[in-house]
Amino acid sequence: MRSVWALAAMAALSVLTASTNTLAGEPKQGGVLRMYHRDSPANASILEGATYSVNVPFMGVFNNLVIYDQHIAQNSPDTLRPELAESWSWSSDNKKLTFKLHQGVKWHDGKPFTSADVKCTFDLLMGKSQQKLRQNPRKAWYNEVNGITTNGDFEVSFDLKRPQPSLLAMLASGYTPIYPCHVSPADMRTHPIGTGPFKFVEFKANESIKLTRNPDYWKKGLPHLDGIEYTIIPNRSTAILAFVAGKFDMTFPTHITIPLLKDIKSQAPNAICVVEPTNVSTNIIVNSTSAPFDNIDIRRAVALALDRKAFVDILFEGQADIGGTLLPPPQGIWGMPKDKLETIPGYGPNVNANREEAKKLMQKAGYGPDKHLAVKISTRNLAEYRDPAVILIDQLKSIYIDGELDVVETANWFPKVARKDYMLGLNLTGNSVDDPDQSFYENYSCGSERNYTNYCNKEIEKLFDVQSQETDTAKRKPLVWDIDKKLQEDVARPIIFHARAGTCWQPYVKGVTIMSNSSYNGFRYEDVWLDK
Amino acid sequence: MFAYLVRRLFLMLVTLFGISVVIFLLLRIVPGNIVDILFAAAGYVDPADKANLEKELGIDQPLIVQYWHWISGFLRGDLGYSYVSEKPALQEILPRIPITARLAGLALLFSASIGIPLGVISAVKQGTKLDYALRVVSLSGLSLPSFWLGLLILTASVAMFGQMPIFNPNPQTWLEAFATYAVPAAAVGFRSAALTMRITRSSMLEVLRQDYIRTARAKGASDAAVNYHHALKNAILPVITVIGIEAAFLIGGLIVTETVFNIPGVARFLVEAIRWRDYPIVQNLVMFIAVVVVFANFTVDMLYAVFDPRIRYTD
Repeated sequence: MRSVWALAAMAALSVLTASTNTLAGEPKQGGVLRMYHRDSPANASILEGATYSVNVPFMGVFNNLVIYDQHIAQNSPDTLRPELAESWSWSSDNKKLTFKLHQGVKWHDGKPFTSADVKCTFDLLMGKSQQKLRQNPRKAWYNEVNGITTNGDFEVSFDLKRPQPSLLAMLASGYTPIYPCHVSPADMRTHPIGTGPFKFVEFKANESIKLTRNPDYWKKGLPHLDGIEYTIIPNRSTAILAFVAGKFDMTFPTHITIPLLKDIKSQAPNAICVVEPTNVSTNIIVNSTSAPFDNIDIRRAVALALDRKAFVDILFEGQADIGGTLLPPPQGIWGMPKDKLETIPGYGPNVNANREEAKKLMQKAGYGPDKHLAVKISTRNLAEYRDPAVILIDQLKSIYIDGELDVVETANWFPKVARKDYMLGLNLTGNSVDDPDQSFYENYSCGSERNYTNYCNKEIEKLFDVQSQETDTAKRKPLVWDIDKKLQEDVARPIIFHARAGTCWQPYVKGVTIMSNSSYNGFRYEDVWLDK
Repeated sequence: MFAYLVRRLFLMLVTLFGISVVIFLLLRIVPGNIVDILFAAAGYVDPADKANLEKELGIDQPLIVQYWHWISGFLRGDLGYSYVSEKPALQEILPRIPITARLAGLALLFSASIGIPLGVISAVKQGTKLDYALRVVSLSGLSLPSFWLGLLILTASVAMFGQMPIFNPNPQTWLEAFATYAVPAAAVGFRSAALTMRITRSSMLEVLRQDYIRTARAKGASDAAVNYHHALKNAILPVITVIGIEAAFLIGGLIVTETVFNIPGVARFLVEAIRWRDYPIVQNLVMFIAVVVVFANFTVDMLYAVFDPRIRYTD
């Protein structure tokens, strides 16, 4: 029934979007889009970044080989579009992916774009280049790539160790722009050169980021805007007040919490606001290498004690999603359907029954009303971490666990987690593409740097590979669901909820689409325009 | 007097050296460095990449070597490069100094021009309704945190005028330029004005009870002449001391005010630099602030002699 309503809502939304576009008329050229930025990114290099604070302002400087359709909210294999590539094709054994490239594309400094730039970019990402990225957080995305070969200036091929249809999804991410060969990674951090619709003008740390229209953009007639200016305002109250006062055309994407959205709508009733999932899950990391959580019964009790709906109601006024590792439908492509999800222990609607079961497990482990288990719950000193951690502590009381909040500064969080200096941790995991390969290998495969809990199950690992090689989406989905279910049952990293957040813009801003299953891929802004 | 000056200058240098050591060590005591933070932001730690980056930034070297690199560079005017922006630290710091200096100057001006006259009025009208009202205002100034006051001003501006005075680097009108600095200066200077007012009031009350004030009145001097020429001139010394101290405290208030009003000054920049453990920026900026504070104190001491001819600095 829920999916019927969701489909109906999506259909209505599509009609509304179509009618809005019709009413909006032909795009107008000119004007500078003014947006606030939530913080000052470390640098301007998307390949080295791991936060959408870098993607949002700098994605417009670049192009990818392929990109998710910027007008369709849901990223899926069906919405992949060629960009610097004119087309792509798979070899018959699905182990070679070949792109034919656009000709006549120029970098912002006037040099021609060729297949050598593509090779340079991926050699850099795979660590095969003479030049090195200072940080390379997504190196693992290309584990299955043997190498890149060029055939002339306008054809490039990815040779794979085994079929991996998801490679296209990674290439379409906002995190995978093509860099020029002739500019060093260090220069790309301070003055990025791209082929994209906007040229980099300046980045004043803690102050502003300015982009200007690329008059020689290879997509004729684009971009519509003369430029984009981001004013860096870390104080959320100030930023929102400035938006309400009309100082900005748009808020920073997915930066508005649900309670704050109400304030904006009451103070700026004409503003257009949307709420979408961010594909960031809030989850529990359990240190199963030492007592007491080396006991699977206690881990299972923790998972059973969760009242996920309470988290969603308290923190998001009901507007967040309950799911497994992958974002649930309708926005998520790969998440388990509700009926399957509810078969997982702890996901059933009867919270009291779940907790009774949890209590039995705790009693089996030697704890009860007279002997509580004292646990430190560690988390980062950021509101989006602290707030759910406090609710978690409250919920664990119901199963004889007395939690104590251990707030850790950002600089110390990952070193602490890496040396296993925690019992339970409350963590956030962002998925830059809604794809099982990105999520499974990154967070759950044996030896992965981001597998904080060191969960390692060789049987599951084999299943990762099976689903990864399946080219038929319909056949792949049930495989993915089974893996996700198993991960939840193993209490590998219990997922509490998937967050949603709001974005607002003034009514004269046209052509903005907020992605509904990723916060990282929708900021090219080449066909955004101002109806002023 | 000359020998005193030389001794004070020498003491200033010793103080600044001590401050430099404290700044340097405190920064290293705080857990985590820029590399930890960069990898924390990326959500992973690659030990090899981490070691390379620490080597590239020079933070793998012994502390004494790091200190020597910094302080010798500082003395030569070479402040190094920001770890975050990879631009020369001087290039990052210099454009922000005038912004904060204007804001601090206006805040101090606001503090003195509001606090001193109101303090005098409050003292002269002691026990009246006006005195009570002014005392309430001054207590409010001391009680209201500047971030709260700043947000209140912004919210009220939006609600009442549909506008808000956040920083505009290129003001088009005189009013915009004034609003850019005056409103935040008032927000941060309000507390300082309240303190100045209270000190002026109590100092004036003490002076107004002196015999020579009664003599001046007996000789027929006007109220204005008695209050401002005879009394205030003698009551002003503690006020100058407080304003000197407030100049140093102002940096703390400016951090919040620059954040709330989104002013790209030194104070907010310093907080961000501390968050990133951007040692070259933090060390040099704090050192710069220390130099300003030490010189401000020195200037205040010298001003004593100007305002009170009885004070003479000798050996």
